[in-house]
Amino acid sequence: MADSVVNVTNLVKWFPVRMGFFSTLFTRKQLFVRAVDDISFDIKKGEIFGLAGESGSGKTTTGRLLLRLVEPTRGNILFKGEDITTLTESNMKPFRRKMQIVFQDPYESLNPRMTISDIISEPLRVQGIGDEAETRERVSKILEDVELTPPDEFIFRFPHELSGGQRQRIGVARAFVLEPEFVVADEPVSMLDVSIRAEILNLMIALVEKYGASYLYITHDLALARHMCDRIAVMYLGKIMEQGPTDKVINKPYHPYTGALITAVPVPDPTTKRSEVVIKGEIPSPVNPPSGCRFHTRCPIAELPLCKEKEPPMIDYGDGHFAACHLVGKPKWEKHMAA
Amino acid sequence: MPLLDVQNLTTYYTTLRGPVRAAEDVSFQVNKGEALGLAGESGCGKTTVALSILRLLPSAGKIVDGKVIFNNTDVVALDEDEMRKQMRWKEMSIVFQGAMNAFNPVYKIGDQIVEAIVTHESDVSKKEAEERTKKLLEMVGVDPSRANNYPHEFSGGMRQRALIAMSIACNPKLLIADEPGTALDVIVQAQVLKLLRELKSKLNLAMILITHDLSIIAETCEKTAIMYAGKMAEYGDIVTIFKDPLHPYTQGLIGAFPSIKAARTRMVSIPGLPPDLLDPPSGCRFHPRCPYAMDVCKKKEPPLEKISKQERYVSCYLVTKA
Repeated sequence: MADSVVNVTNLVKWFPVRMGFFSTLFTRKQLFVRAVDDISFDIKKGEIFGLAGESGSGKTTTGRLLLRLVEPTRGNILFKGEDITTLTESNMKPFRRKMQIVFQDPYESLNPRMTISDIISEPLRVQGIGDEAETRERVSKILEDVELTPPDEFIFRFPHELSGGQRQRIGVARAFVLEPEFVVADEPVSMLDVSIRAEILNLMIALVEKYGASYLYITHDLALARHMCDRIAVMYLGKIMEQGPTDKVINKPYHPYTGALITAVPVPDPTTKRSEVVIKGEIPSPVNPPSGCRFHTRCPIAELPLCKEKEPPMIDYGDGHFAACHLVGKPKWEKHMAA
Repeated sequence: MPLLDVQNLTTYYTTLRGPVRAAEDVSFQVNKGEALGLAGESGCGKTTVALSILRLLPSAGKIVDGKVIFNNTDVVALDEDEMRKQMRWKEMSIVFQGAMNAFNPVYKIGDQIVEAIVTHESDVSKKEAEERTKKLLEMVGVDPSRANNYPHEFSGGMRQRALIAMSIACNPKLLIADEPGTALDVIVQAQVLKLLRELKSKLNLAMILITHDLSIIAETCEKTAIMYAGKMAEYGDIVTIFKDPLHPYTQGLIGAFPSIKAARTRMVSIPGLPPDLLDPPSGCRFHPRCPYAMDVCKKKEPPLEKISKQERYVSCYLVTKA
């Protein structure tokens, strides 16, 4: 599509499982962690696209695949219509200027020996943009954008002199100094305190509007995703289970897994009692994912043998709302989703 | 007569740069079978309060003032031996923060629970303790045969369940749960909270739930105490506090929490940072971040005052007159 910034088709990433010496001798089969297993989606210009799911569902791997920080096993990634799946590192460099990432942990992702100005100007240096004066100017400007003012007070400081929220602002500044068109935000606020979270998120929304960039917003917190994202995709064991406009997915989910995720989110209101329906168990190992629908082992309404044997196709329910479940529309499903 | 009555608890940590005033003048009560949510940002003194109640403070920490009355006994006055033999685990216990790392990785889960029982109940034989461990594991929804597993063989959710089993091993009357949901996935977190609610009603447990997540408190507790920078900001019944928060910090905290049920809105944040407790701001500790701060807030510390016939307390000059 013309207006999409990122277009992903049938993307697959299997990580080989490292085995001990003896097991390699006696087992012929190489095992794989199926981190991302055949997913497709696209992100439009100026859009915040959310990727939600439990830990181990492949969200972070997907984010890194899009930036070619890990190499895909199969599938295609188009960036503004150009296929970047197999580009060499040097051909990739001009694209890197337009795609950036904000990491999860602001305590681990800033080099403690670099000053703030070194950290923010490093992308400019790597890309060979501007002379010394221009670099200085761009660093001050982006510091103002992330509301670390006055910039002169911050440029010669080190990360350890800043609080968690301020560090994450540096992380955001570093991503935006190149004026990218696409930014992957990997749980950017999960390490921060509640009162500071909202500020960082509002800042990120403001920057998206200012630079017209798109986000892939990776999160496990559906309540935050609801307030941040235009569209979301729900992942489970490397597959997308449901995808669509945020309001539609949250208000009327089609997939029982999405439903379970939504009911599991605690509501900050003591007078509403949420239903006690809690699905059992934890996410299975991605080395040997369940056959058929991957969710069937935990699904409260799974219909055997159908769900165990056949993988459900992605079905369009209108307005760009897709879900992959065999049981949509069946009486059992109607009853469960109404509860 | 409340089960636990914390009165003006003040705990400092000694450091080279001076005392860190981690908790000051903290007072609250917990009745039998009741759950209190202790909420606040990191560094506001929630865990310090919990460790003070159990007298488990690290060597630098000291209770400098106040009383912790548990069942007519002042816990602060007990010596370490009495504390271990009479109080800890038998009367009150704790589910430590970070289920991932709370178990010793080189001992079997079952053995660690047995150790907790035998240490605190010297009249129980090892065999009886093992039997009890199996029953406990079953009660929290872990297959009893898994007692012979090591912690790394457990998933995060199971470790948290085993930790809860260990904390109720000696039938305590009060359970302190320190961030029981953090580091767990939403679905697993919901399972763990459901388990805590079930145990609470089944065993008539009093609970103190420490968390930064107000929505967890909203679903689990009857009362809540909101802490900010070592002080109590607001304390009272959960419904009134959530519906009508009086302290500006409570208002900010509730506003900062997105609800999945509510319409899509711009989230509100509290500008600024929590203060350094080595040198907290004068007057009300929240005044540098407070949108309604007045002159008096900078000079005088607002006391925690009862403001209605129900047990509701606020420390703010906007509500109580200076």
